[in-house]
Amino acid sequence: MPVAEIVKTLFILLVAVGALAPVITWIERKQSALMQDRIGANRADIAGITLLGLLHPLADVLKLLTKEDVVPDGANRVMHLIAPVIAAVPAIIAFGVIPFGGTYSFDDITVNLVVADPDWGMLYIFAIASIATYGTIIAGWSSNSNWSLLGGIRASAQMISYEVTMGLSLVGVFMVFQTLKLTDMAQAQDTTFRLFGFLDTLFGLPVPAFLDWLRLPAWGLFYQPLAFVMFLTAIMAENKRPPFDLPEGESEIVAGYHTEYSGMRFGLFFMSEFIQVVVIAALVATLFLGGWSIPYLSQETIIGGVGSVFGTGFATGLCVILHFVSFLVKVIIMIWVQMTLRWTLPRFRYDQVMDLCWKILLPLSIANIIVTGAVMLAIQGQP
Amino acid sequence: MTTVQFLFYAFAALSVLFALGMVLNVRNTVAAALCLVVTMVSLAGIYVLLEAYFVAAVQIMVYAGAIVVLFLFVVMLLNLRHDDFSPSRQLLVKAGAAVLGVVALGQLLRLLRVSLPEAPAAAEGFGGYRMLGLTLYTDYVLLVEIASLLLLAAIVGALILAKRRVDR
Repeated sequence: MPVAEIVKTLFILLVAVGALAPVITWIERKQSALMQDRIGANRADIAGITLLGLLHPLADVLKLLTKEDVVPDGANRVMHLIAPVIAAVPAIIAFGVIPFGGTYSFDDITVNLVVADPDWGMLYIFAIASIATYGTIIAGWSSNSNWSLLGGIRASAQMISYEVTMGLSLVGVFMVFQTLKLTDMAQAQDTTFRLFGFLDTLFGLPVPAFLDWLRLPAWGLFYQPLAFVMFLTAIMAENKRPPFDLPEGESEIVAGYHTEYSGMRFGLFFMSEFIQVVVIAALVATLFLGGWSIPYLSQETIIGGVGSVFGTGFATGLCVILHFVSFLVKVIIMIWVQMTLRWTLPRFRYDQVMDLCWKILLPLSIANIIVTGAVMLAIQGQP
Repeated sequence: MTTVQFLFYAFAALSVLFALGMVLNVRNTVAAALCLVVTMVSLAGIYVLLEAYFVAAVQIMVYAGAIVVLFLFVVMLLNLRHDDFSPSRQLLVKAGAAVLGVVALGQLLRLLRVSLPEAPAAAEGFGGYRMLGLTLYTDYVLLVEIASLLLLAAIVGALILAKRRVDR
């Protein structure tokens, strides 16, 4: 039904791109101010009302839209103009396969809270991420400036390297959940597992009763903790924000690939980074933090418990709202983690970035695949 | 015309158009490489129409995403020009291209005369990663291993070549 898809798309655009991304620019300013003992953004006001600086994103957009859009001399005009679009579009369309809620059946209709649900959802994300590289490269090359070209070359090498580890670090997760479909992964995490269950499934040891009682949510984070760290590192490097902002590196190459951009075209690069922060947060939440699920409170439990008192329809509706709020909370936590890392860590040196990717993350992710495979073979697919 | 047919012709036209753009853009290597990206992506669209979803995603990830980025990386670093190649070598390349073109054209003309049978319906799960993985790692596991050995040899060779230059 195309109407449902359009409504869901508009909803995603409204929440993630329209609301979350501008708010992130505010969070970034406020958090950096907090961490550096400053007051932070508080000047933009309408009739003296500053709303804690929340009006700054609005002022930003006004400023960027009214600025002159300069195309430098000798630049390749067409490519200079399309590069920001190529950078921004993949970031936005990645939301298409991320589920922001589960599957709910009301009386005669079934609602699936995801725009598109292909069997190869994660591959789509990887493909989109690899296309996003071109925005940066074209921007760097078409500007006819040495700073931009250096930034573009740095970006191409860095992004292509981290794409490899980004994919490999997730293979363990795919093995655990036995799927590449993001909705199925989120669904699989809407349950719990015995914390010490591995003692009897793996080693055949009896589990003491007082330990058997401990259960954890069946999140990717608990099955694949190493993959969580590696994936977060790789995808943050893919997004080119500090500490991986070598392509921008303002202390060395002015502003890197977007040195020659002004006005809203610069704004698009700027926004695409922030939208990507939301995409990363949503992806990590879906893959590792249970997606829309509420820990220890599965969908059946809610519908069974609340439904017996208020009716199944009301319980399902409540589920939709609770699950969306749960997903949003996880996304905001992951955004906060990214912001904190961005303002805590200093920028890497370029050889350190490459060493981290090829000498640390790549061997570790391959080891993770081997260990995961061995363990899964040993327990023959039992959780 | 069904939607699938319309999409097929759209993607086919795009890929041919940008393939031509790539060949004709001899002055501007970066633009040529970017034309190649559009061709790759339209081919991926055709793979989707053929229900080969895994191949389509990999086509974008590997060819459009990684390989052309490497082309661009090399082009931007080296800034090669047309006259950097010796005339005799250019002639050799042109002759080889002409021979290949004639062979490909002959094949195409031969195909035009053959009437193709109705395609059988795709099997359940065709084009998905499950079936592909199962086939690759059971029936064709030996070939996969040989291919990976070849790639390993290529990696080691590249490392040795790079290291020799550093040592000197």
